[in-house]
Amino acid sequence: MRKLNDIKIITSSRIKERVAFFLLWIFSIFTAIILVLIVSDIIIKGAPHISLDFLLEEPRKMGKEGGVFSVIVSTIYIVVLSIIFAAPIGVAASVYLAEYAKESTMLNIIRFGTEALAGIPSIIYGLFGYSFFVFFLDLKYSILSGALTLTLMILPTIIKTSEEAIKAVPKSYREGSLALGATKLQTIRKIIIPDAIPGILTGLILGIGRVVGESAAVLYTAGSSLGIPDSIFRPGRTLSVHLYTLASEGISIENTYATAVILIALVFIINFSANTLINRIFIARRR
Amino acid sequence: MRLSERIIEKMLVICAAIALLGIAVIAVFITKEGWPIISKIGIKAFFLGKDWTPTKGVYGIFPMIIGSIYVTIGALAIGVPIGISCAIYLAEIASPKVSAIIKPGIELLAGIPSVIYGLYGMTVIVPIIRDLFGNQGFSVLAGSIVLGIMILPTIINISKDSIEAVPKEYKEGSLALGSSHWQAIIKVILPSARSGIISSIILGMARAVGETMAVIMITGNSTMIPESILSPVRTLTGNIGIEMGYASGEHQKALFATGIVLFIFIMCLNLLAKLIPKKAGA
Repeated sequence: MRKLNDIKIITSSRIKERVAFFLLWIFSIFTAIILVLIVSDIIIKGAPHISLDFLLEEPRKMGKEGGVFSVIVSTIYIVVLSIIFAAPIGVAASVYLAEYAKESTMLNIIRFGTEALAGIPSIIYGLFGYSFFVFFLDLKYSILSGALTLTLMILPTIIKTSEEAIKAVPKSYREGSLALGATKLQTIRKIIIPDAIPGILTGLILGIGRVVGESAAVLYTAGSSLGIPDSIFRPGRTLSVHLYTLASEGISIENTYATAVILIALVFIINFSANTLINRIFIARRR
Repeated sequence: MRLSERIIEKMLVICAAIALLGIAVIAVFITKEGWPIISKIGIKAFFLGKDWTPTKGVYGIFPMIIGSIYVTIGALAIGVPIGISCAIYLAEIASPKVSAIIKPGIELLAGIPSVIYGLYGMTVIVPIIRDLFGNQGFSVLAGSIVLGIMILPTIINISKDSIEAVPKEYKEGSLALGSSHWQAIIKVILPSARSGIISSIILGMARAVGETMAVIMITGNSTMIPESILSPVRTLTGNIGIEMGYASGEHQKALFATGIVLFIFIMCLNLLAKLIPKKAGA
């Protein structure tokens, strides 16, 4: 009799397990399906409107007609400028955190600052950039104001990824270099950084991804002017801001989706390159 | 140490401190711009005022605070069960083949810009809600659904890491005592990974509270306190995002004041996530 009861309990827990695992599976697949739904919806509605002309023509009538050439140019300006500012600062900061810093209150405060910066919503960056770069430093609505704001925003990503990459460099490399008489700085420059390069690049690529996708922080710092900026002191409109303006003002549904397709394609390329780099690091480490 | 090395080391310290400096300058500037208006109209009138009419100089952000809370709760109601289920599945059950499909999907989901989510919400989810319920579609519900999706990667990634960090012995011990895999997950693994899962929820919450553009595009942005999940709603972020474009003078300062509230809210959430002990089993 007792035995039968035991079997019953075991069977019922087996059934419970089956049901639970099935539900977990459904939810996980659901996550993948959401992605497919969103991406396919945008590609289906947008891809037919993409053409070489769309990429190379200037927008006309506030983006209702024409293409996105000037928007792409502004986006490239902002991406390049942000990376020019953020890469050296971010990598230098990560070298300090990984190689020089000793556990101390100061270090904890610096770490807290970096993490806090990563958590701040983009609209707060927008407000800050507007009051600090646009007005206080009088840079006006410009590519430069936008890039400086975004520099702060992507700094935590770059610092964190590079720091991990530097910390992953085997200790024996450092010891070998130091034993041969190299100074600490020489070791960092000649041994550690070259070995950590794929990880550092991954951080930079992720930073680029954030810049490309950002809208709230750019709108109130770089402005939304549609012309090609002839210098970094001129305003410009990035792809994300363009998409937001077209969609929220209902200017042109075709051009909205076509812009969205370009944006998604960029995000895919960026993600793909970051992943390829990460995989390469794994393979290299295993060797 | 050589002089040049010393100089370079000092420069590295300065670079490391820039992030810290950044957060300080951000706090100072948002406060400098926004505080005068709060002190002018009074903390109580600003936080608890139910009326936001910038044309008459009336600035009460209570509806927006409630709006942010509603939308965030809605996002958590959708994102937490799905996210944690997905994390358990990926960490404990999924075959390498299935993970190989789902993991990059989650990374892409995290990388999709918020305007794209906004566009999808506006053109697909809002019309579905409109057809189903006969309201205007732009609503707390629409915002919750889209934000629920947007916080998935945060919840999944952090929860998954903490589930994977649970020592193997815990699970093996439980299985050896005769429990099923599911019982081991529920009774042993999840309680051990609790702190990480809670941080993932808090950070997801921070992301939902801070999201701007997607929310503006799908919630309708009415400054009334929403009566139901089908009513339009305006969040704190939406309040800033919509009106910054044309606000000036006192009105603009009131938006910075909204920013102060948002800033404090987010900092509290991040601190909370940091304070939770990280170790498994703690």
